[in-house]
Amino acid sequence: MGIAVSSRPETLTGAGFHYCPGCSHGLVHRLVAEVIDELGLRESTVGVASVGCSVTAYNYFNLDMQQAAHGRAPAVATGIKRVLPDRLVFTYQGDGDLASIGLAETIHAASRGEKITVIFINNANYGMTGGQLAPTTLPGQTTSTSPAGRDVGSMGHPIRMVELLAALDGPAYLARVSTHNPAQVVKARRAVKRAFEAQLKGLGFSLVEVLSACPTNWGLKPAEAMKWLEKNMLPYYPAGEFRVAEGV
Amino acid sequence: MKELMKGNEALAEAAVRAGCRFFFGYPITPQTEISEYLARRMPGVGGVFLQAESEVAAINMVYGAAGAGARVMTSSSGPGISLKQEGVSYLAGAELPCVIVNIMRGGPGLGGIQPSQSDYFQATRGGGHGDYRLPVLAPGNVQEMVDLTGLAFDLADEYRSPVYILGDGAVGQMMEAVELPPDCSAGPAKSWAANGCRGRGKNVITSFFMEAADLERHNLKLQEKYRLISSRETRGEGYLTEDAEVLVVAFGTTARIAKAAVKAARAGGVAAGLFRPVTLWPFPAEQLQQAASRAGAVLTVEMNYGQMVEDVRLALQCRLPVHFYGRGGGMVPYAGDICNQIMGLGGDDHGYCGVKPA
Repeated sequence: MGIAVSSRPETLTGAGFHYCPGCSHGLVHRLVAEVIDELGLRESTVGVASVGCSVTAYNYFNLDMQQAAHGRAPAVATGIKRVLPDRLVFTYQGDGDLASIGLAETIHAASRGEKITVIFINNANYGMTGGQLAPTTLPGQTTSTSPAGRDVGSMGHPIRMVELLAALDGPAYLARVSTHNPAQVVKARRAVKRAFEAQLKGLGFSLVEVLSACPTNWGLKPAEAMKWLEKNMLPYYPAGEFRVAEGV
Repeated sequence: MKELMKGNEALAEAAVRAGCRFFFGYPITPQTEISEYLARRMPGVGGVFLQAESEVAAINMVYGAAGAGARVMTSSSGPGISLKQEGVSYLAGAELPCVIVNIMRGGPGLGGIQPSQSDYFQATRGGGHGDYRLPVLAPGNVQEMVDLTGLAFDLADEYRSPVYILGDGAVGQMMEAVELPPDCSAGPAKSWAANGCRGRGKNVITSFFMEAADLERHNLKLQEKYRLISSRETRGEGYLTEDAEVLVVAFGTTARIAKAAVKAARAGGVAAGLFRPVTLWPFPAEQLQQAASRAGAVLTVEMNYGQMVEDVRLALQCRLPVHFYGRGGGMVPYAGDICNQIMGLGGDDHGYCGVKPA
């Protein structure tokens, strides 16, 4: 008789993920689901899926969800939270969605101290459309629309979203975590929980940036992608808690 | 008891009385009084007024609130309505009820701030991407700013669709005595809303269908809804149409001016009448055909350069010559000029035969 060391969280439907091998989405979905289970809030949570690889996140999360237009998830979540202030409301967004086309919605939701939580997947490219230049693409990084590597002179510099948001008064909790090894994953889970708790305590906006792998579009095997993430992304996007309001 | 109110403020109060407790908007002339009124009014009724960072954000806040089950409204004018179109398309695709007010000003581009009706095409043809239609209500006076607002919320909930109120800067800015309705409930219960899945399976609000066959099925369902709305919700109003030899067709503020022109034409010996569509989509084609049954010519008058006239021609199926007179860019037609147009089409001196369509 074996001992179950892991089981599917109730907050996941059990539908098979469509994500590529080695992609971090499945892992992060699970972390979010485990935390919601732990908080006992599956039936009083509303999630917002965005546009990108995770557009059908509502097929995997076993809770009420809305699908938002590209970049608009924080505005949609604002509408939901204002109607349902006692629900846990979160968005799940990629870097193109959050830091490019939805930058205004992100900054203003944070600035208002909107009591929502944003789970931000940073994999340094547009995944769903096949790996184009994202606002988070690293200097020199090759993508299908920066075939000679990101030239910051003509394509601009990557945006460090957490640091940008840390300049505002509205956020209650801001953290950047990684997924490149088990210890980091444990830290990521803890950050997701603290972000949800900041919302539940009514302290303001919370966001967790998750450095994630995109082996398919990076042209790497899953294990290589994790190493690439650690070697290239972490130095540019340091992990840590950038805002922890009193009471979180 | 009647109250003297500005059109925009009357509309805002009517929304509150229709159970609307959530408003997301962005300032733009000539509709800003709606935001200002609700910023004062909403806190007193436990509602939410939120000035969004952009028109795009405002319509997406509406999407979230509507998906959560609330009665919700936004308002703007031409340039802002253009920005909202992405969200309007998503609202239509996800079948979310809400009310969108467009107090029209002259365009294109930044245009101006004076009254216009040049967003007729945008409102009645969908406006955003994809195949969809939305009910479009056109108030002709301040009382209708009130009455059609209540109707708009009811239609939105009944058909799970955004509903446009297509006013213009004149009806938004003018003051008239209005009768306000009593407060009503916040609308029907919405079992489809995404508000936490306690005691039931999960609800999902989406307009995304990866498989073409699924998306076609969804589109056919929407089209069936549009057919139902078309068959049940057309509204129009006739004035002196029974014996009209020249029938004027106009909506909103223009219809009001045209009414004076029709009276003047009758005083001048031409049996003129007026038909005013109140729903611009669905277009009241049968009512128009009825109103034009004895007419020899039709004159469509608009504050644009010929938009609704296309629906008038479609409705009358080339059975009558359909002429057009319009002013644009924020200029309002004079009753005297409309009367001259009527006189050129009817009566002993002219006759409509041989007059070329404009």
